[in-house]
Amino acid sequence: MNPLAIIGRVVLTALGETGRLSVFTWRGLSHTIRPPFYWRLIAQQMLYIGYFSLPVVALTAFFTGGVLALQIYYGGDQFNTESIVATIVALGITRELGPVLGGLMVAGRAAAAIAAELGTMRVTEQIDALTTLSTNPFKYLVVPRVVAAVLTLPALVFVGDVIGILGGYVVGTQSLDFNSGVYIKNTVDFLELDDITSGLIKSAVFGLIIALMGCYHGFNSKGGAQGVGRATTNAVVTSSILILASNYVMTSLFFSS
Amino acid sequence: MSPSKTPKDAKIELAGVSKRFGKKVVLNNLSLSVPKGKSLVVIGGSGSGKSVMLKCVLGLIKPEKGRIDVDGRDVLKISHREREDVLTKFGMLFQNAALFDSLPVWENVAFGLIQGRHMKRSDARDIAISKLGQVGLDADVGGLYPAELSGGMQKRVGLARAIATDPEIIFFDEPTTGLDPIMADVINNLILASVRELGATALSITHDMASARKIADYIAMIYKGEIIWVGPVEDIDRSGNDYVDQFINGRAEGPIQMDVLKP
Repeated sequence: MNPLAIIGRVVLTALGETGRLSVFTWRGLSHTIRPPFYWRLIAQQMLYIGYFSLPVVALTAFFTGGVLALQIYYGGDQFNTESIVATIVALGITRELGPVLGGLMVAGRAAAAIAAELGTMRVTEQIDALTTLSTNPFKYLVVPRVVAAVLTLPALVFVGDVIGILGGYVVGTQSLDFNSGVYIKNTVDFLELDDITSGLIKSAVFGLIIALMGCYHGFNSKGGAQGVGRATTNAVVTSSILILASNYVMTSLFFSS
Repeated sequence: MSPSKTPKDAKIELAGVSKRFGKKVVLNNLSLSVPKGKSLVVIGGSGSGKSVMLKCVLGLIKPEKGRIDVDGRDVLKISHREREDVLTKFGMLFQNAALFDSLPVWENVAFGLIQGRHMKRSDARDIAISKLGQVGLDADVGGLYPAELSGGMQKRVGLARAIATDPEIIFFDEPTTGLDPIMADVINNLILASVRELGATALSITHDMASARKIADYIAMIYKGEIIWVGPVEDIDRSGNDYVDQFINGRAEGPIQMDVLKP
């Protein structure tokens, strides 16, 4: 086969997919500001995406904070570690690790669940049934998930930040024999509001990515059980990649100055 | 026989509708008229374009060309908002019922009333229970989830949902597929009763001839995306059309060639 034809086909497929995703995103976002609003569904999705993800995000944050404290301590043994461990744990968790790891954990959990649910609805004609019942599937299925994810991810990540810092504190004071008061003072002194808000803004963007990828792949799944499986995998993979890529872009924007 | 063998007073009219997926032509300049207040059944083999035709009328699939009129209005040229209004005239029974598995049965039946007509949940629930009664299901069933029902019960719930809003037009997509003959006849009777009670216009697609003979006022046959015969149900056995004869008698030999690999 002609290699140029293969490259051409790949480029066309990628452009087509980007176009479809852009149109889907536009439709999803435009419906979020137009009534009717399904408040009950939004609350339900906040429960599924936010509240039920709390244990996995909390555990991830706690162990990440602990491991970070250990690595900084062992890696920076020759320096004055007691003063820098608390600071770096707090900055690392709030700026990067809290939102990114929280986003990735929720992507694995919620994007997969959204894609599987909507994919099953697609292949069993439930989405078509919605249309025949005068209900816009975008408003009924996509908007509640997007709104819920954008609102709950920052809350989840904020809780994760606190627990992550707590993880560093527990390891620092229990394993590394740091003074509790000094650790807390170092954390509070060096942590600024911008560190926390930048992480929360990032997590709102990650929420948007997770919900859109889950909905997009679920909405467009076809081919029965295999298609739903493929949609689920694609939702997790694309949302994870987009989280990491957008995190780089946002970090560049927020901290370049 | 031409599509003009149906009465002039059409509720739904398809004219020159064409649709292809890739290179495969699914609907080929299809024209069909569904008379107001009558039941028209479209028969045809698998892959002949029956479901795509229904989905084009509902706006779920957009044809490349042609015109689809509902009450004289071309539904291919209306906005999304206008389409939602037009769809309030429709009820549809899907092949596999397509019940929302996250909602209890009563909420499935009441869905169009709550979401489409913005009715209070308590009022919609009362109507849903009444509609479940019409299709022979107890009020207790309303509290169950679709996964807890048999295939026949799911079909009946699907029928209750289709008639819940007292629609002017009801579509039935393979209403008896996958059911035993007795349950199939129960569903056929329920379809007949529902359509007559509502005075609705019905468009059904099926390859079950027993069902077609029972619920149809008119039958149309689709083959390779075209309507090749249409006429009153009484005329189906003397259609004079070899394709129709082969199909209704279920013969392997004839002008319709199935795409199967020869041993």
